[in-house]
Amino acid sequence: MNIVVAMKQIPDLQQIRIRNREPVLDAVPLTLGNIDKNALEAAVAFKESHGGKVTVLSAGSEDLEDTIKEALAAGADEAFLVLDDELDGADSEAIAGILGAALNRIEDKDLIIFGEGSGDNYSGQVGPRVAEILGIPLVTYASSIEINDKTAKVVRSLEDCEEIIELTLPAAVSVLAGINEPRIPSVTQILKAGKKPKEILEMDDLGLALAEKQVITLSNLAPESERKQILLKSADELVKALSSQSLIGR
Amino acid sequence: MAGILIYSDKNDYALELLTAARIITASSGLDVRALSINNDSQAEALAGAGAEVCKINNTAIALADASALANAIKQAVEKLDINTILLSSNLRGRELAGRLAQIIGTACLTGVSAVKLNGDKLECQRNALGGATVATQYIATEKKVIAIVPRSFEKAPAGTGKISELEVDVQATPGLKLVETKAKSEDSVDIEAAEVLVAVGQGLNSKDDLPMVEALVKALGGELACSKPVATDKKWLSEERIIGLSGKKCKPELAVLLGISGQVQFNVGIRDAGTIVAVNSDENAYVNKMADYVLVDDLHKVVAELNKILA
Repeated sequence: MNIVVAMKQIPDLQQIRIRNREPVLDAVPLTLGNIDKNALEAAVAFKESHGGKVTVLSAGSEDLEDTIKEALAAGADEAFLVLDDELDGADSEAIAGILGAALNRIEDKDLIIFGEGSGDNYSGQVGPRVAEILGIPLVTYASSIEINDKTAKVVRSLEDCEEIIELTLPAAVSVLAGINEPRIPSVTQILKAGKKPKEILEMDDLGLALAEKQVITLSNLAPESERKQILLKSADELVKALSSQSLIGR
Repeated sequence: MAGILIYSDKNDYALELLTAARIITASSGLDVRALSINNDSQAEALAGAGAEVCKINNTAIALADASALANAIKQAVEKLDINTILLSSNLRGRELAGRLAQIIGTACLTGVSAVKLNGDKLECQRNALGGATVATQYIATEKKVIAIVPRSFEKAPAGTGKISELEVDVQATPGLKLVETKAKSEDSVDIEAAEVLVAVGQGLNSKDDLPMVEALVKALGGELACSKPVATDKKWLSEERIIGLSGKKCKPELAVLLGISGQVQFNVGIRDAGTIVAVNSDENAYVNKMADYVLVDDLHKVVAELNKILA
């Protein structure tokens, strides 16, 4: 069983500061999407119990060669990377096209796992787009995956219901953040990660060129906060304040 | 002139999309069409709101098979001369948006909370950087797929519309079989509809402290909600109660936030509330900056006092 996990390099969201409503991204370290880490954990956990191989697939700037060590330390066996400095912030359509082309180069892939959305944009398009490109079945929003020989049984958890879906492999799944708790790699694993095999391609190698952006960003600002921020001293004061505005005791 | 097509699997969301479509077309005179797939009651609801509805009835299209759904919508787009497709950005709609945009060969925005036609550009607002910012973006391609966050628009009012039938040729996706659908009934609560929300975060000491918070919820006539870790890590409350980027976006009149630090991933789900109260022992907690009323104190003590006063 060979599992490919698609992961996205993003700025560490916890370290982004806002200055004059503008996000300050200088010197913010890069990491991998948080839900992508759940996708990786699902693949590594399966490999540990049933054998097989886990390949991590990603497309991004040159920094990715370093960022991807996080995934190799957390249990991926090898990395397949498409590097181009224009790729961070590229449209979902462009990224899906690159991942689709890269996946066509990876032989023996039984299952492709995505996170349900990237940590930064949370657009949720890439998994569904890649499934359409490859023409393989995909189940989104998985809260559990049970893999058998030639099939996978996936619980798809939606707002108001759960669907139990059987997939014939090869297939793809996107997972919810709640599906598992991603492991924290040990120091030894982190040291070994640098030695794991990486296949590095450029856009040319895939016969692709990055198209012009189709999603144009006009502005990207922190919302203005117009909250009163009135400091109160007691529960009593709070009740009085809320009552005076008819928010309680109606 | 090429028009707008709306589709959602949920009747209420479809009625909201109808409002969004009418706002966009108000100044442009574009046609609005509504699509219903294997859902006669929805076709009637939309026609009852004045929509021109195209109804597809085709047993090859299952709701669980988003690829087949996307294919059906693509054919409707071609037959009806559509440029802009509005979908709902609930979970099914978000998947559908990506698939549809891919097979049409166009760009797509999901999670859109506001739209505005500015000249020939349809400007969309959506959260970016994990909710830290709101981006204003537009799609430069002629055809556009836009998925709109539920409850961003009012439902369309009553009107007189009409229903026509549309034929599509769709195959079910091979290799995908729906075995069973189970309703989530263990704790069905709609925190998005609540006018008052009391949300607990990791400042709550233990699950045993929930009853006193529930008493406060009852006294305020609201619903109980939480930050993500309370549901997914601690599993004290069901995931339906999560406020935030990967949970619900709520706009209550009053939100009381107890023991919540105020990370952006949470804030994005509550920042549209009318009045926000933060109770937190940390005077530097980020949540205090996004609150109207701030009480720096132990939440357990404050909840007990509030319960006493409100009893």
